Amino acid sequence: MSARISFWTTLTDPLIRQNPVTLQILGICSALAVTTTLATALTMSVSLTVVLTLAAGIISLIRRHIPDTIRLIVQIVIVASLVIVIDQILQAYFADISRALSVYVGLITTNCLVLGRTESYARFNAPLPSMVDAFGNGLGYSLVLIVIGSIRELFGMGQLFGAQVLPLAENGGWFTPLSLMLLAPSAFFLLGGLVWAVRSVRTEQVEPPDHTPPLQRGAVE
Amino acid sequence: MNDLWSFFLFAAFVDNMPLTLFLGLCTFLALSRRTESAVGLGIAMTGVLGVTVPLNNLIYNLFLAPGAWGWAGQPDLDLSYLALITFIGVIAATVQLLEMLLDRFFPAIHAAFGVFLPLLTVQCAILAGSLFMVERSYTFVESAVFGVGSGVGFAVAVVMLSAIRARLSYADLPAGLRGLGIAFILTGLMSLGFASFAQMAAAP
Repeated sequence: MSARISFWTTLTDPLIRQNPVTLQILGICSALAVTTTLATALTMSVSLTVVLTLAAGIISLIRRHIPDTIRLIVQIVIVASLVIVIDQILQAYFADISRALSVYVGLITTNCLVLGRTESYARFNAPLPSMVDAFGNGLGYSLVLIVIGSIRELFGMGQLFGAQVLPLAENGGWFTPLSLMLLAPSAFFLLGGLVWAVRSVRTEQVEPPDHTPPLQRGAVE
Repeated sequence: MNDLWSFFLFAAFVDNMPLTLFLGLCTFLALSRRTESAVGLGIAMTGVLGVTVPLNNLIYNLFLAPGAWGWAGQPDLDLSYLALITFIGVIAATVQLLEMLLDRFFPAIHAAFGVFLPLLTVQCAILAGSLFMVERSYTFVESAVFGVGSGVGFAVAVVMLSAIRARLSYADLPAGLRGLGIAFILTGLMSLGFASFAQMAAAP
Protein backbone atom coordinates (compact mmCIF):
# COMPACT_ATOMS: atom_id res chain seq x y z
CA MET A 1 0.00 0.00 0.00
CA SER A 2 2.70 2.44 0.95
CA ALA A 3 4.49 1.63 -2.31
CA ARG A 4 1.40 2.72 -4.18
CA ILE A 5 1.20 5.96 -2.26
CA SER A 6 4.82 6.77 -2.98
CA PHE A 7 4.26 6.03 -6.68
CA TRP A 8 1.34 8.40 -6.60
CA THR A 9 3.36 11.19 -5.00
CA THR A 10 6.27 10.59 -7.39
CA LEU A 11 3.80 11.00 -10.22
CA THR A 12 1.85 14.00 -8.96
CA ASP A 13 4.60 15.94 -7.19
CA PRO A 14 6.10 17.37 -10.38
CA LEU A 15 2.70 18.62 -11.57
CA ILE A 16 2.62 21.75 -9.41
CA ARG A 17 4.53 21.29 -6.17
CA GLN A 18 7.86 20.44 -7.85
CA ASN A 19 7.01 21.60 -11.35
CA PRO A 20 10.10 21.28 -13.58
CA VAL A 21 9.48 24.53 -15.45
CA THR A 22 8.22 26.95 -12.81
CA LEU A 23 10.34 25.73 -9.90
CA GLN A 24 13.36 23.77 -11.06
CA ILE A 25 14.19 26.05 -14.08
CA LEU A 26 14.53 23.02 -16.35
CA GLY A 27 13.50 22.78 -19.97
CA ILE A 28 12.43 26.38 -20.39
CA CYS A 29 13.87 26.91 -23.86
CA SER A 30 11.45 24.67 -25.64
CA ALA A 31 8.60 25.53 -23.29
CA LEU A 32 8.57 29.06 -24.67
CA ALA A 33 9.51 28.54 -28.28
CA VAL A 34 6.83 26.09 -29.34
CA THR A 35 3.82 27.56 -27.57
CA THR A 36 2.49 29.88 -30.26
CA THR A 37 -0.24 27.35 -31.06
CA LEU A 38 -1.78 24.60 -29.01
CA ALA A 39 -1.10 21.89 -31.60
CA THR A 40 2.68 22.40 -31.59
CA ALA A 41 2.69 22.70 -27.81
CA LEU A 42 0.84 19.40 -27.52
CA THR A 43 3.14 17.61 -29.99
CA MET A 44 6.17 18.88 -28.15
CA SER A 45 4.73 17.78 -24.80
CA VAL A 46 4.00 14.28 -26.05
CA SER A 47 7.42 13.93 -27.70
CA LEU A 48 9.23 15.11 -24.62
CA THR A 49 7.23 12.91 -22.26
CA VAL A 50 7.88 9.84 -24.42
CA VAL A 51 11.61 10.55 -24.73
CA LEU A 52 11.93 11.34 -21.04
CA THR A 53 10.10 8.21 -19.87
CA LEU A 54 11.95 5.86 -22.21
CA ALA A 55 15.33 7.43 -21.51
CA ALA A 56 14.77 7.19 -17.76
CA GLY A 57 13.78 3.54 -18.12
CA ILE A 58 16.79 2.60 -20.26
CA ILE A 59 19.32 4.52 -18.19
CA SER A 60 17.92 3.11 -14.99
CA LEU A 61 18.16 -0.44 -16.41
CA ILE A 62 21.87 -0.09 -17.13
CA ARG A 63 22.64 2.25 -14.24
CA ARG A 64 24.97 -0.24 -12.53
CA HIS A 65 27.04 -0.71 -15.70
CA ILE A 66 27.68 2.92 -16.67
CA PRO A 67 31.11 4.10 -15.49
CA ASP A 68 30.71 7.34 -13.63
CA THR A 69 33.29 9.25 -15.67
CA ILE A 70 31.56 8.85 -19.03
CA ARG A 71 27.96 8.77 -17.82
CA LEU A 72 27.04 12.12 -19.40
CA ILE A 73 28.11 10.94 -22.84
CA VAL A 74 26.28 7.63 -22.44
CA GLN A 75 23.13 9.43 -21.35
CA ILE A 76 23.32 11.93 -24.18
CA VAL A 77 23.79 9.16 -26.75
CA ILE A 78 20.74 7.28 -25.43
CA VAL A 79 18.62 10.42 -25.42
CA ALA A 80 19.84 11.48 -28.86
CA SER A 81 18.97 8.09 -30.35
CA LEU A 82 15.44 8.29 -28.93
CA VAL A 83 15.08 11.84 -30.24
CA ILE A 84 16.16 10.78 -33.73
CA VAL A 85 13.42 8.12 -33.70
CA ILE A 86 10.78 10.64 -32.61
CA ASP A 87 12.03 13.19 -35.16
CA GLN A 88 11.80 10.66 -38.00
CA ILE A 89 8.28 9.61 -36.94
CA LEU A 90 7.15 13.23 -36.82
CA GLN A 91 8.67 13.97 -40.23
CA ALA A 92 6.99 10.90 -41.71
CA TYR A 93 3.48 11.27 -40.29
CA PHE A 94 3.08 14.88 -39.15
CA ALA A 95 5.10 16.80 -41.73
CA ASP A 96 3.34 20.14 -41.09
CA ILE A 97 3.87 20.09 -37.35
CA SER A 98 7.42 18.84 -37.80
CA ARG A 99 8.16 21.88 -39.97
CA ALA A 100 6.53 24.22 -37.44
CA LEU A 101 8.65 22.76 -34.64
CA SER A 102 11.79 23.25 -36.78
CA VAL A 103 14.92 22.50 -34.77
CA TYR A 104 13.17 22.29 -31.44
CA VAL A 105 12.48 18.56 -31.67
CA GLY A 106 16.19 17.92 -32.08
CA LEU A 107 16.76 20.18 -29.13
CA ILE A 108 14.98 17.72 -26.83
CA THR A 109 18.42 16.07 -26.76
CA THR A 110 19.85 18.96 -24.83
CA ASN A 111 16.68 19.76 -22.95
CA CYS A 112 17.95 20.22 -19.43
CA LEU A 113 14.81 18.53 -18.14
CA VAL A 114 15.74 15.15 -19.66
CA LEU A 115 19.32 15.16 -18.44
CA GLY A 116 18.27 16.70 -15.15
CA ARG A 117 15.90 13.84 -14.37
CA THR A 118 18.16 11.04 -15.59
CA GLU A 119 21.09 12.55 -13.74
CA SER A 120 19.31 13.19 -10.46
CA TYR A 121 16.77 10.35 -10.32
CA ALA A 122 17.07 7.54 -12.87
CA ARG A 123 20.74 7.04 -12.03
CA PHE A 124 19.91 5.95 -8.48
CA ASN A 125 16.54 4.23 -8.75
CA ALA A 126 14.99 1.09 -10.17
CA PRO A 127 13.42 1.28 -13.65
CA LEU A 128 9.77 1.45 -12.59
CA PRO A 129 9.98 4.36 -10.13
CA SER A 130 12.33 6.16 -12.54
CA MET A 131 9.83 5.88 -15.35
CA VAL A 132 7.01 7.03 -13.06
CA ASP A 133 9.10 10.01 -11.99
CA ALA A 134 10.00 10.80 -15.59
CA PHE A 135 6.38 10.50 -16.69
CA GLY A 136 5.28 12.80 -13.87
CA ASN A 137 7.88 15.39 -14.83
CA GLY A 138 6.82 15.07 -18.45
CA LEU A 139 3.24 15.76 -17.40
CA GLY A 140 4.28 18.75 -15.31
CA TYR A 141 6.15 20.15 -18.30
CA SER A 142 3.18 19.42 -20.57
CA LEU A 143 0.83 21.20 -18.19
CA VAL A 144 2.84 24.43 -18.42
CA LEU A 145 3.16 24.14 -22.20
CA ILE A 146 -0.56 23.54 -22.68
CA VAL A 147 -1.59 26.42 -20.40
CA ILE A 148 0.73 28.88 -22.15
CA GLY A 149 -0.03 27.46 -25.59
CA SER A 150 -3.77 27.79 -25.19
CA ILE A 151 -3.52 31.34 -23.80
CA ARG A 152 -1.26 32.42 -26.66
CA GLU A 153 -3.35 30.81 -29.39
CA LEU A 154 -6.67 31.95 -27.92
CA PHE A 155 -5.71 35.60 -27.50
CA GLY A 156 -3.26 35.79 -30.37
CA MET A 157 -5.56 34.41 -33.05
CA GLY A 158 -8.86 33.67 -31.33
CA GLN A 159 -8.38 30.00 -32.18
CA LEU A 160 -7.89 26.73 -30.35
CA PHE A 161 -6.33 23.85 -32.29
CA GLY A 162 -6.78 25.98 -35.41
CA ALA A 163 -10.56 26.24 -34.96
CA GLN A 164 -12.01 29.73 -34.57
CA VAL A 165 -13.33 30.10 -31.02
CA LEU A 166 -13.64 33.86 -30.70
CA PRO A 167 -15.30 35.54 -33.72
CA LEU A 168 -12.81 37.97 -35.31
CA ALA A 169 -13.72 41.62 -35.74
CA GLU A 170 -12.79 41.56 -39.42
CA ASN A 171 -15.35 38.79 -39.99
CA GLY A 172 -18.14 40.65 -38.19
CA GLY A 173 -17.35 39.34 -34.71
CA TRP A 174 -16.09 41.31 -31.74
CA PHE A 175 -12.57 39.96 -31.09
CA THR A 176 -9.46 41.83 -32.21
CA PRO A 177 -6.43 39.53 -32.09
CA LEU A 178 -3.54 40.64 -29.89
CA SER A 179 -0.62 40.07 -32.21
CA LEU A 180 1.82 40.64 -29.34
CA MET A 181 0.73 37.23 -28.02
CA LEU A 182 2.35 35.57 -31.02
CA LEU A 183 5.70 37.29 -30.47
CA ALA A 184 8.55 36.23 -28.23
CA PRO A 185 8.08 38.72 -25.35
CA SER A 186 4.56 37.61 -24.47
CA ALA A 187 5.79 34.08 -23.76
CA PHE A 188 8.19 35.47 -21.18
CA PHE A 189 5.51 37.66 -19.61
CA LEU A 190 3.03 34.78 -19.46
CA LEU A 191 5.55 32.41 -17.91
CA GLY A 192 6.59 35.09 -15.41
CA GLY A 193 2.93 35.61 -14.54
CA LEU A 194 2.42 31.87 -14.23
CA VAL A 195 5.36 31.57 -11.84
CA TRP A 196 3.90 34.44 -9.82
CA ALA A 197 0.46 32.81 -9.73
CA VAL A 198 1.82 29.42 -8.65
CA ARG A 199 3.98 30.99 -5.97
CA SER A 200 1.12 33.10 -4.61
CA VAL A 201 -0.77 29.88 -3.91
CA ARG A 202 2.25 27.79 -2.93
CA THR A 203 4.07 30.29 -0.75
CA GLU A 204 6.75 27.74 0.24
CA GLN A 205 8.24 28.14 -3.26
CA VAL A 206 8.96 31.84 -2.78
CA GLU A 207 12.68 32.58 -3.07
CA PRO A 208 14.31 34.42 -0.17
CA PRO A 209 15.24 38.04 -0.94
CA ASP A 210 18.86 38.61 -1.99
CA HIS A 211 19.27 41.50 0.40
CA THR A 212 17.33 42.49 3.47
CA PRO A 213 16.86 46.24 3.71
CA PRO A 214 18.90 47.86 6.50
CA LEU A 215 16.97 48.77 9.59
CA GLN A 216 15.24 52.12 9.63
CA ARG A 217 17.40 54.68 11.32
CA GLY A 218 14.61 55.60 13.73
CA ALA A 219 14.28 52.01 14.83
CA VAL A 220 17.96 51.69 15.73
CA GLU A 221 18.34 54.84 17.74
CA MET B 1 33.07 41.62 -46.49
CA ASN B 2 30.14 43.96 -45.98
CA ASP B 3 27.79 41.04 -46.40
CA LEU B 4 29.51 39.05 -43.71
CA TRP B 5 29.44 42.00 -41.32
CA SER B 6 25.72 42.45 -41.73
CA PHE B 7 25.33 38.69 -41.38
CA PHE B 8 27.26 38.91 -38.11
CA LEU B 9 24.94 41.64 -36.86
CA PHE B 10 21.96 39.55 -37.95
CA ALA B 11 23.19 36.54 -35.98
CA ALA B 12 24.04 38.59 -32.91
CA PHE B 13 21.02 40.88 -32.63
CA VAL B 14 18.14 40.04 -34.96
CA ASP B 15 18.27 36.30 -34.33
CA ASN B 16 19.41 36.70 -30.75
CA MET B 17 19.58 33.20 -29.23
CA PRO B 18 18.00 33.69 -25.81
CA LEU B 19 15.75 36.66 -26.46
CA THR B 20 14.20 35.90 -29.85
CA LEU B 21 14.66 32.17 -30.27
CA PHE B 22 14.35 31.13 -26.60
CA LEU B 23 17.54 29.08 -26.76
CA GLY B 24 19.85 28.38 -23.86
CA LEU B 25 17.44 29.93 -21.40
CA CYS B 26 18.22 27.53 -18.57
CA THR B 27 21.80 28.69 -18.19
CA PHE B 28 20.79 32.20 -19.28
CA LEU B 29 18.51 32.52 -16.25
CA ALA B 30 20.51 30.42 -13.82
CA LEU B 31 23.86 32.19 -14.32
CA SER B 32 22.67 35.77 -14.66
CA ARG B 33 22.48 36.47 -10.93
CA ARG B 34 26.03 37.85 -10.82
CA THR B 35 27.77 39.87 -13.50
CA GLU B 36 31.09 38.02 -13.21
CA SER B 37 29.52 34.64 -13.90
CA ALA B 38 27.52 36.17 -16.75
CA VAL B 39 30.70 37.50 -18.40
CA GLY B 40 32.38 34.09 -18.02
CA LEU B 41 29.39 32.36 -19.54
CA GLY B 42 29.29 34.82 -22.44
CA ILE B 43 32.96 34.30 -23.31
CA ALA B 44 32.66 30.52 -23.04
CA MET B 45 29.56 30.54 -25.27
CA THR B 46 31.29 32.63 -27.93
CA GLY B 47 34.32 30.34 -27.92
CA VAL B 48 32.41 27.08 -28.09
CA LEU B 49 29.88 28.30 -30.68
CA GLY B 50 32.64 29.80 -32.80
CA VAL B 51 34.46 26.45 -32.90
CA THR B 52 31.64 23.91 -33.07
CA VAL B 53 29.40 25.45 -35.73
CA PRO B 54 32.07 25.62 -38.50
CA LEU B 55 33.45 22.22 -37.40
CA ASN B 56 30.01 20.64 -37.63
CA ASN B 57 29.53 22.36 -40.97
CA LEU B 58 32.64 20.65 -42.32
CA ILE B 59 31.61 17.25 -40.95
CA TYR B 60 28.07 17.59 -42.22
CA ASN B 61 29.06 18.60 -45.73
CA LEU B 62 31.87 16.07 -46.05
CA PHE B 63 30.23 13.01 -44.53
CA LEU B 64 26.56 13.35 -43.70
CA ALA B 65 24.82 15.49 -46.31
CA PRO B 66 22.81 13.69 -49.01
CA GLY B 67 25.24 12.76 -51.79
CA ALA B 68 28.35 13.47 -49.75
CA TRP B 69 29.65 9.96 -50.47
CA GLY B 70 29.31 10.46 -54.24
CA TRP B 71 33.11 10.23 -54.71
CA ALA B 72 33.03 6.72 -53.21
CA GLY B 73 30.40 5.55 -55.66
CA GLN B 74 27.50 5.97 -53.21
CA PRO B 75 25.63 9.01 -54.56
CA ASP B 76 22.33 7.91 -52.99
CA LEU B 77 23.65 7.51 -49.49
CA ASP B 78 21.92 9.98 -47.15
CA LEU B 79 23.27 9.95 -43.64
CA SER B 80 21.68 13.23 -42.55
CA TYR B 81 19.60 11.43 -39.92
CA LEU B 82 22.84 10.87 -38.04
CA ALA B 83 23.43 14.62 -37.83
CA LEU B 84 22.00 15.06 -34.35
CA ILE B 85 24.09 12.40 -32.67
CA THR B 86 27.22 13.50 -34.54
CA PHE B 87 26.77 17.13 -33.57
CA ILE B 88 26.28 16.36 -29.92
CA GLY B 89 29.38 14.17 -29.98
CA VAL B 90 31.43 16.91 -31.62
CA ILE B 91 30.17 19.45 -29.11
CA ALA B 92 30.94 17.21 -26.14
CA ALA B 93 34.42 16.49 -27.50
CA THR B 94 35.11 20.17 -28.26
CA VAL B 95 34.05 21.26 -24.83
CA GLN B 96 36.22 18.58 -23.24
CA LEU B 97 39.18 19.50 -25.43
CA LEU B 98 38.76 23.20 -24.77
CA GLU B 99 38.66 22.52 -21.06
CA MET B 100 41.85 20.46 -21.15
CA LEU B 101 43.69 23.00 -23.31
CA LEU B 102 42.67 25.89 -21.08
CA ASP B 103 43.61 23.92 -17.98
CA ARG B 104 47.04 23.16 -19.42
CA PHE B 105 47.97 26.51 -20.97
CA PHE B 106 45.75 29.16 -19.38
CA PRO B 107 44.96 27.97 -15.86
CA ALA B 108 43.79 31.44 -14.82
CA ILE B 109 41.12 31.54 -17.52
CA HIS B 110 40.18 27.98 -16.73
CA ALA B 111 39.68 28.84 -13.09
CA ALA B 112 37.55 31.82 -14.08
CA PHE B 113 35.24 29.63 -16.16
CA GLY B 114 34.89 27.14 -13.35
CA VAL B 115 31.85 24.98 -13.73
CA PHE B 116 30.38 26.63 -16.83
CA LEU B 117 32.52 24.93 -19.41
CA PRO B 118 31.33 21.32 -18.93
CA LEU B 119 27.78 22.62 -18.57
CA LEU B 120 27.94 23.92 -22.13
CA THR B 121 27.75 20.37 -23.51
CA VAL B 122 24.06 20.32 -22.76
CA GLN B 123 23.39 23.91 -23.75
CA CYS B 124 20.53 24.02 -26.22
CA ALA B 125 21.84 27.18 -27.88
CA ILE B 126 25.05 25.46 -28.96
CA LEU B 127 23.35 22.45 -30.48
CA ALA B 128 20.80 24.78 -32.06
CA GLY B 129 23.61 26.75 -33.71
CA SER B 130 24.65 23.60 -35.56
CA LEU B 131 21.07 22.58 -36.36
CA PHE B 132 20.26 26.03 -37.78
CA MET B 133 23.44 25.83 -39.84
CA VAL B 134 22.06 22.67 -41.51
CA GLU B 135 18.49 23.92 -41.82
CA ARG B 136 19.57 27.17 -43.51
CA SER B 137 22.45 25.50 -45.44
CA TYR B 138 25.21 27.94 -44.56
CA THR B 139 28.61 27.76 -46.22
CA PHE B 140 31.73 27.24 -44.13
CA VAL B 141 32.56 30.95 -43.82
CA GLU B 142 28.97 31.86 -43.10
CA SER B 143 28.72 29.23 -40.40
CA ALA B 144 31.88 30.53 -38.71
CA VAL B 145 30.47 34.06 -38.73
CA PHE B 146 27.11 32.75 -37.53
CA GLY B 147 28.72 30.84 -34.66
CA VAL B 148 30.76 33.78 -33.39
CA GLY B 149 27.89 36.22 -33.98
CA SER B 150 25.32 34.27 -32.05
CA GLY B 151 27.83 33.72 -29.26
CA VAL B 152 28.41 37.47 -29.02
CA GLY B 153 24.66 38.06 -29.05
CA PHE B 154 24.23 35.63 -26.19
CA ALA B 155 27.04 37.28 -24.23
CA VAL B 156 25.55 40.76 -24.68
CA ALA B 157 22.11 39.58 -23.58
CA VAL B 158 23.28 37.68 -20.52
CA VAL B 159 25.54 40.50 -19.29
CA MET B 160 22.71 43.02 -19.70
CA LEU B 161 20.27 40.82 -17.81
CA SER B 162 22.73 40.22 -14.99
CA ALA B 163 23.32 43.96 -14.64
CA ILE B 164 19.59 44.62 -14.42
CA ARG B 165 19.12 41.83 -11.90
CA ALA B 166 21.95 43.17 -9.76
CA ARG B 167 20.18 46.54 -9.58
CA LEU B 168 16.86 44.89 -8.84
CA SER B 169 18.14 42.90 -5.89
CA TYR B 170 17.52 45.98 -3.75
CA ALA B 171 13.98 46.46 -5.03
CA ASP B 172 11.00 45.50 -2.92
CA LEU B 173 9.22 43.02 -5.16
CA PRO B 174 6.03 41.08 -4.42
CA ALA B 175 7.10 37.87 -2.70
CA GLY B 176 5.89 35.52 -5.44
CA LEU B 177 7.72 37.44 -8.14
CA ARG B 178 11.14 37.35 -6.49
CA GLY B 179 13.88 35.50 -8.37
CA LEU B 180 12.59 33.48 -11.29
CA GLY B 181 9.34 35.37 -11.86
CA ILE B 182 10.88 38.80 -12.27
CA ALA B 183 13.73 37.32 -14.32
CA PHE B 184 11.19 36.11 -16.86
CA ILE B 185 9.47 39.48 -17.03
CA LEU B 186 12.82 41.29 -17.40
CA THR B 187 13.76 38.92 -20.20
CA GLY B 188 10.43 39.65 -21.84
CA LEU B 189 11.11 43.40 -21.69
CA MET B 190 14.60 42.92 -23.13
CA SER B 191 13.09 40.74 -25.81
CA LEU B 192 10.72 43.60 -26.71
CA GLY B 193 13.79 45.82 -27.04
CA PHE B 194 15.56 43.32 -29.27
CA ALA B 195 12.43 43.04 -31.41
CA SER B 196 13.28 46.53 -32.67
CA PHE B 197 16.42 45.06 -34.28
CA ALA B 198 14.17 42.77 -36.27
CA GLN B 199 12.22 45.85 -37.37
CA MET B 200 15.44 47.53 -38.49
CA ALA B 201 16.42 44.42 -40.41
CA ALA B 202 13.04 44.26 -42.10
CA ALA B 203 13.24 47.90 -43.18
CA PRO B 204 15.37 48.13 -46.36
